[in-house]
Amino acid sequence: MPRTRLEPRFHVEYLSILDSDGNVDTALEPDLSTEELKRLYRAMLLGRRLDERMVRLQRQGRIGTFAPIKGQEASQLGTVSCLRPSDWMVPSFRETAAMIWRGWPIEKLLLLFAGYLEGGQPAPDQHDLPITIPVATQIPHAVGLAYAAQYRGDDAVVMTFFGDGATSEGDFHEAMNFAGVWHVPIVFVCQNNQWAISVPLKKQTHSRTIAEKALAYGLPGLQVDGNDILAVCAAGREAVARARAGEGPTLIECVTYRLGVHTTADDPTKYRSAEEVAEWERKDPLTRFGTYLQKRNLLDEGLEAQVDAEIAEAIKRFEATPPADPLTMFDHVYGDLPPHLRAQRDEMAARLRAGGADGAETRPASPPMRGQRTTAR
Amino acid sequence: MAKLNMVKALNLALRQEMERDPDVLVIGEDVGVDGGVFRVTEDLHRAFGSRRVIDSPLAEAAIVGTSVGMALYGLKPVCEIQFSGFAFQCFHQFENHAARYRMRSQGRFHIPLVVRMPYGGGVRALEHHSESEEQFYAHIPGLKMVIPSGPRNARALLVSAIRDPDPVIFFEGKALYHAEREEVPDEPETLPIGGAHVAREGRDITLITYGAMLRIVHEAAEILARDDHVEAEVIDLLTISPLDRETLVGSVTKTGRAVIVHEAPRSFGAGAEIAASIMDGAFLSLEAPIRRVTAYDVPFVGFARERANVPDTARVVAAARETLSF
Repeated sequence: MPRTRLEPRFHVEYLSILDSDGNVDTALEPDLSTEELKRLYRAMLLGRRLDERMVRLQRQGRIGTFAPIKGQEASQLGTVSCLRPSDWMVPSFRETAAMIWRGWPIEKLLLLFAGYLEGGQPAPDQHDLPITIPVATQIPHAVGLAYAAQYRGDDAVVMTFFGDGATSEGDFHEAMNFAGVWHVPIVFVCQNNQWAISVPLKKQTHSRTIAEKALAYGLPGLQVDGNDILAVCAAGREAVARARAGEGPTLIECVTYRLGVHTTADDPTKYRSAEEVAEWERKDPLTRFGTYLQKRNLLDEGLEAQVDAEIAEAIKRFEATPPADPLTMFDHVYGDLPPHLRAQRDEMAARLRAGGADGAETRPASPPMRGQRTTAR
Repeated sequence: MAKLNMVKALNLALRQEMERDPDVLVIGEDVGVDGGVFRVTEDLHRAFGSRRVIDSPLAEAAIVGTSVGMALYGLKPVCEIQFSGFAFQCFHQFENHAARYRMRSQGRFHIPLVVRMPYGGGVRALEHHSESEEQFYAHIPGLKMVIPSGPRNARALLVSAIRDPDPVIFFEGKALYHAEREEVPDEPETLPIGGAHVAREGRDITLITYGAMLRIVHEAAEILARDDHVEAEVIDLLTISPLDRETLVGSVTKTGRAVIVHEAPRSFGAGAEIAASIMDGAFLSLEAPIRRVTAYDVPFVGFARERANVPDTARVVAAARETLSF
């Protein structure tokens, strides 16, 4: 019964391949084709331009509150691009770039943030869950999907996204623990963007890294420079390959930064300095990747205009959406409409008819959120 | 046909549904090798193996959370929460997700999930092992809330719940597990979720209840018949939500009087919704105010005081007499 020392051999790796000036460690450079590199850059640029445009749409009252992604494009795209369409992607609420990569039409996302649940409906063959807003609560769903895939003998990997704040939630812990015990094909992607609204990482956890939290569950954890698309991609490929080979879950911590607001209702000047933001702007994943591609002479002329036109077209389609029909709110409560809901639906239909209107929602009647103008358009 | 208690009847439902459909699996704490603390999942582990009868880590939120994920994939998980008093640790998974996925995804996904939980008092147990929390679930659009009252309807309702495309919270009265044995047919039978059962016909007063309270309500009806020559109609709800208002309203339209009996505290309980539904549908037939016989609006009082708090036969008879003489 002595007091002895256990010496578990734990380690956490940190991976960085492309520095802020676009210099690359060729020994670590992932094997990405020219085509793949160009596609990733285009997706990053589209994510960035759409994000900026969505902030303006929100300020104009054309969409509601949403969570911008600016600064986190590499973390999302480096990982999600390692999935096959038949794999599953489980987002939180700040994964616009990843969702577009997975095939969500831009106008659908705009619809969602304009208050239409239709915008959150994945296509019939799409292996994506809609966004989840309560922090960390989607992580166990991802583990359940992975269990089900394994149970059915399907060759599918699940990837789920969450932030640094989510790692304080019980659902994160429980999901990691279940995933470890069940040894399921899953990749946990933590976008550590340093801030959970106003609370900095140092008030969120006393751990030196988030990656090391994986060790407690018997899983590998890897910290990567989340603003380095090559490093994120290399880490994502490795983790997805492990999952597919039956070697179990991996936690990837992408060290990144939310360059913009938490949501469009947030004012970050209240809790963080302009110097800090400027410092991270120098590590911008988009310019870094752009510099790298330029050195390799892979930047296409006119890409920005092309991407902007794609966004403009999508906004047109979004704004041509017919007004929401209120009666359809009863369609998706249960598989069958129970009698009390049928009665409530009839009551609404009669009220709408009596009102002489079609009951369509008009544009914002409520007071504007902070940061929003009082007039629409 | 065999005479089974509720534990064995529920076990039969699980076994037959698992034999019928390979997508049905069971998950919970101690449900595997141990067969569940009340033995409802006994021997399923041996029959179907540890991948289908999952002894999960001890975490209610992840039991339900991962089951939501399995259901999203198309499996039909049947979760066991060891006691309903522990389900607040997974309540967010019911309210935020299981109940909403159909709406959130506009019909792309639905959650065919059953969550079984022992509920209710009468077993001289510690705090969190005796409470009755059906109202929380009944209030959530998108969930169904089922409470059987005996072995045969428990088996049939569990089969229906497993085959239902939507999430069903399934409460099993602990006091009922070994209370009686009933003939249960060998062939699987179902009962429609959302349908109440007229357990005793009568024309003078309607007594409305569900779950473990059915026994005392039946006793009260017997006393009223014997001593007061009153014919009480007894309605066993079986499903709390969606509520079978048609049966309730039909009965009270006939009798003109209603007493509602439940174990949960009174305020904002199922009785309030039942009373409001009767007012909506049978107001002009009412001869007396609708009465509620329930536990008082107090937290768990300890089983030494439980009998003073939870409705008993005498309280039901007294409330019926007051209603009849109003």
